[in-house]
Amino acid sequence: MIKLEGLTKVFPGHNIPAVKELNLEIKEGDVCVLVGPSGCGKTTTMKMINRLYEPTGGKIYIRGENALQMDPIKLRLDIGYVIQEIGLFPHMTIEENIATVPNEKQWPKDKTKEKVKEVMTLVGLDPDVFKDRYPTALSGGQRQRVGVARAMVSDPPIMLMDEPFGAVDPITRARLQNEFLRIQERMGKTIVFVTHDIDEAIKMSDTIAVMREGELIQHDTPSDLLSAPADEFVSNLVGRNRSIKRLHLIRINEILEDVDRGKPIPEDAKKDDIEKSLADSDIRSVIVVDKDNKLKGVIGVNDLKRKTGGEVAGDYCQDVSDTVTSDATLNDALSVMLEIGEGYVAVVNEDDQYAGTITLGDLLNVVKEDS
Amino acid sequence: MLRTLWVWIGIPLIMIGIAAVIVIYSVNNPTDSIVARMLTYERVFRVIREHMGLLLVSMTGATIVGVAGGIMLSRPSLYRIGRVMETVVNIGQTVPSLAVLALFYTILGLGFNVAVFALFLYSILPILRNTFAGIDGVEHNIIEAARGMGMRPIRILTKIELPIAFPIIVAGLRTAIVINVGAATLATFIGGGGLGDLIVTGLSVHRDMIIVNGAVIAAVTAILLDYLIGKVEERVVRWA
Repeated sequence: MIKLEGLTKVFPGHNIPAVKELNLEIKEGDVCVLVGPSGCGKTTTMKMINRLYEPTGGKIYIRGENALQMDPIKLRLDIGYVIQEIGLFPHMTIEENIATVPNEKQWPKDKTKEKVKEVMTLVGLDPDVFKDRYPTALSGGQRQRVGVARAMVSDPPIMLMDEPFGAVDPITRARLQNEFLRIQERMGKTIVFVTHDIDEAIKMSDTIAVMREGELIQHDTPSDLLSAPADEFVSNLVGRNRSIKRLHLIRINEILEDVDRGKPIPEDAKKDDIEKSLADSDIRSVIVVDKDNKLKGVIGVNDLKRKTGGEVAGDYCQDVSDTVTSDATLNDALSVMLEIGEGYVAVVNEDDQYAGTITLGDLLNVVKEDS
Repeated sequence: MLRTLWVWIGIPLIMIGIAAVIVIYSVNNPTDSIVARMLTYERVFRVIREHMGLLLVSMTGATIVGVAGGIMLSRPSLYRIGRVMETVVNIGQTVPSLAVLALFYTILGLGFNVAVFALFLYSILPILRNTFAGIDGVEHNIIEAARGMGMRPIRILTKIELPIAFPIIVAGLRTAIVINVGAATLATFIGGGGLGDLIVTGLSVHRDMIIVNGAVIAAVTAILLDYLIGKVEERVVRWA
């Protein structure tokens, strides 16, 4: 889909090229993450693909077409673009921001409106609530979503993303990453993604291209990169704790079936049933759900001793401070466990229904099997 | 609704009313025969008309030239000159307005046109500087996002740069107007007419009443115009 051949960029006034003789091929529907320390040329490489920077040497082919001979405006209109600081237009409403490319393409107004609504819903922003707001009235995470929506609205086959989830806190970032992967699974776009965060790279990518000082060091799948780093630079980059990094590669729903952890109990269960479930539980707690299978809370062994007014599970259970979604990675699950200070975490699916529980032990097993 | 009416009509009318009361009182109760002769409705209206003429012509020209010049200097090819211009303009602004008028008198002579031309040049400065600074101040990543999404340079200028710079350009316009109204009172020294006529006449015949009339009308004009432009800006810029 995208093929870079001997791509070189020398900025005027510099002797050393920012990007040197870079060869890279990205398959259709793949997420290719360019990763490396700052100044390694990853952003420069990306900006040459939509010709914000003109290469000084080499060739770029997009779907076999020579991109350097195309009209740059036409080229860019068909490549979604999300930048580091998002670059939302402060004087335009969210709707107007997202409609940028359709307006440049002069789509009919109805079609644009329709499509903006659709794409806002897709990234998890309620159009009725947000479309008339200005960017200053949004949180960091919401702005990132608008940035992604703006890049996707005209359904471009290719997207370039320069640290799109950089400017938010770690928890919001993990959530945005998971949502984005969910969207990507459905859309199957070809994505070039730039980051300096190797964890993000491992999590988001189909292939990782490691760069240093303008050169491509290794281009591999994340799994191969972890097991066979090409040289010391790459192995330093992925770090010593590679088994833990593998936790980025595995999603919770992949292991959830194997960990058979007893059924949750309904909120109207009697005390005897609770005691029975507790005896069977390896986490010394049982999960309580309501009749829609939504997570209600958790009962630990000590909670039963407390005196409460009622006698059913719903009266004993304690609130759960945090959960993970089933499409999150094992690493996300680990962070949540550490954060709430428990050896387990409850998993919910997209509709907020209880899906299972994973423990530290499960994570250990996975790491053991893998290495 | 009532608030809008108050903001757009109520407050301006009060300002004009204050000036009108002072003028009517002065004309009807002159302190002596000199004031009675020098301060007539006819004369007051004439100088207001002249003053507005000076203001309107010089400001229209200055706005067009200032904004257009600011845009041109902000283009990549002229950007370096723009930075130099900014400094030159800042220095130019320190020259007193009376000196500017005097300078043009020595070069071009007397009359309304010379006064207009001097005011025009003097008013370009803040508008040009603010237009340039406003466009220059648009965050780089915003421009890059626009470019990366395939907007043409002319579209980026009209859809992104100018709207974002608009409040700063308007601030320049307001500065220019306030300076202009004040400086135009000096036009009388080179035969340009205007409210300065009343002030200078009052000074030469030692009649404070005449001076006060000229000064109050000039002050109300400046405050009123500044107020109205500020309100227009508030309406247009809803995003800040």
